[in-house]
Amino acid sequence: MTAAAPPPEALRAPLVVEFPFTRSLGPVQSAFLTGLRERTVLGARTEAGEVLVPPVEYDPVTAAELRELVEVGVTGTVTTWAWNPEPRRGQPLATPFAWVLVRLDGADTALLHALDAPGPEAVRTGLRVRIRWAAERSGAITDIACFEPYEYENDDPATGPQPHDGEFGNPVTGIVAPARLDYTYSPGRAQTRYLHALAGRRTVGERCPSCAKVYVPPRGACPTCGVATTDQVEVGPRGTVTTYCIVNIKAKNLDIEVPYVYAHIALDGAGLALHGRIGGIPYDEVRMGLRVEPVWSEDGRYPDHYRPTGEPDADYDTYKELL
Amino acid sequence: MTPHRPAREVAIVAFAQSDHRRRTDDLSEVEMVMPVLHDVLRQTGLKASDIGFTCSGSSDYLAGRAFSFTMALDGVGAWPPISESHVETDGAWALYEAWVKLLTGEADTALVYSYGKSSPGSVRDVLTRQLDPYYLAPLWPDSVALAALQAQALVDAGHTDEPALAAIAERSRSDAAANPHAQLPGARPQGEYVVQPLRTGDCPPIGDGAAAVILAAGDLARELCERPAWIRGMDHRIEAHSLGVRDLTDSPSTRLAAERAGAFERPVDTAELHAPFTSQEVVLAKALGLDESVRVNPSGGALGANPVMATGLIRLGEAAARIHRGASDRALAHATSGPCLQQNLVAVLEGDPRA
Ligand SMILES: [Zn+2]
Repeated sequence: MTAAAPPPEALRAPLVVEFPFTRSLGPVQSAFLTGLRERTVLGARTEAGEVLVPPVEYDPVTAAELRELVEVGVTGTVTTWAWNPEPRRGQPLATPFAWVLVRLDGADTALLHALDAPGPEAVRTGLRVRIRWAAERSGAITDIACFEPYEYENDDPATGPQPHDGEFGNPVTGIVAPARLDYTYSPGRAQTRYLHALAGRRTVGERCPSCAKVYVPPRGACPTCGVATTDQVEVGPRGTVTTYCIVNIKAKNLDIEVPYVYAHIALDGAGLALHGRIGGIPYDEVRMGLRVEPVWSEDGRYPDHYRPTGEPDADYDTYKELL
Repeated sequence: MTPHRPAREVAIVAFAQSDHRRRTDDLSEVEMVMPVLHDVLRQTGLKASDIGFTCSGSSDYLAGRAFSFTMALDGVGAWPPISESHVETDGAWALYEAWVKLLTGEADTALVYSYGKSSPGSVRDVLTRQLDPYYLAPLWPDSVALAALQAQALVDAGHTDEPALAAIAERSRSDAAANPHAQLPGARPQGEYVVQPLRTGDCPPIGDGAAAVILAAGDLARELCERPAWIRGMDHRIEAHSLGVRDLTDSPSTRLAAERAGAFERPVDTAELHAPFTSQEVVLAKALGLDESVRVNPSGGALGANPVMATGLIRLGEAAARIHRGASDRALAHATSGPCLQQNLVAVLEGDPRA
């Protein structure tokens, strides 16, 4: 047993969280996004007579269901803007651009998008702009590639919204918005110490100074006492199967033949069981009390699985508190 | 709307926060939170088992760890099983939930904590994931961009200009110099545009941190704290999610929450405003009708330290701590969530008259 010392260096690893955000659309959003695919911009008229663009399913003021659609212009006026000198991943343009809120002609509210302009000196509130459509459109807000300045002398922004039935062939009923976030994961002091020890083929838990329980793997705190675990304690390498299950369905991206056994294993000296796969024994011969030892992965950084030691089974009383 | 008077006397009796830092690679979330929990318990002499209700606020998206709040709960001492809840937003809303719990009489004490680790990811991009998934999120408009649109709207409306914003930044960072927990102590140059019209100095620092408070009711509060910060009222309100529907130069939700919390009944001497961007302080000060008699963000505010998900709770804690030490008699604390001050919480705190 040694006092917990700071690890030589904090461990770090890239962590990517990537997911497609799949959402269904209501009738108003479906008509709006399908309309964009067809280069038509629709708004929703509220009971008070306001035209909302982009439209929503319910009135943001009264919560009334909105179903009256109108077609508005593809030209509009900038209501506020912000110059973005360094575009970030996923944003509409890869070169510096202005974020803009644009009130399209015939609309009473503004739509957020990008404005392609040579520089901030070319942008102002009140600037007249028009939609630049994406070459390939699928029924998404990105069917608008961006806005572009549109200054013509006989420009007439007074065009009123026109009634529209919202009907298009092959309507879009859902969207898939891919999302990706990049992180650098660092596990903290306790888990860094644990992982460093594992790399040396040692399993090192941490003891609670209050209740003396040894946590493996340690997470830095005793959840019962709410205090930091202080002392490092090497446990195992051998341990006892406290309970187990038989896995019959192959996991995606996992190259292990089914059926196999996944077990809770109380390493000798540990105050709670960790989990791992049991190998080196037919699946239907695994039992509670089976004594096991780790078989290290090829790179030796973690136990790939646990196998029987050949010792007699442990007495139930020795592990019943660890179930 | 008339103020809503709480049915029970409840006070913030202790407040603690971490030293907010740009990175905490050496600490897991529970390792960052635990010292702060121990600090508030020590201030009151309470043990974890004395706490009637525990409520926390955080967001898994910040550090990219699913169910991270369950790990942080390890720092509380949750056995035997405690009465516990969590909100996936700023801890100010966890405090609101705990306050309501105490008002019902179901508990007499509450531990409220929150934390945020922004350093593992890119918080500007992470916050885009809270936006409308149909019309906004696919464009990845980051938090600075949205605040900059609001700032330009304020400039266009004549409510502020770049020198006025710079003065807010300078005042906040100068005040942060007296705050030992602040990440950016001391005034500094405004720097380049991040997204015009907002410069580096107009934006909050990115960092990691945690905070905790203890609430107690009635005479127990008087036993635990020499001068409790009584919660005279608290309310939170939200605005339409579509940015183009809102008047970005105003904050009717803040004003309504303040009215319901009783903020306008008598003047406050202090206001801790959760304004991550200088321009947002302009909106809030206007909505709340704060004049020069009110000391705004003596802690340095979110411009001094911005551990996302804890920054709002820290405003309540800083306002309470000022009452605890006799520097304020009646303070307003505000917290916000969402883009461009979408959702706002206002609390009014008071100390007992001094002899
Ligand atoms: Zn313990």
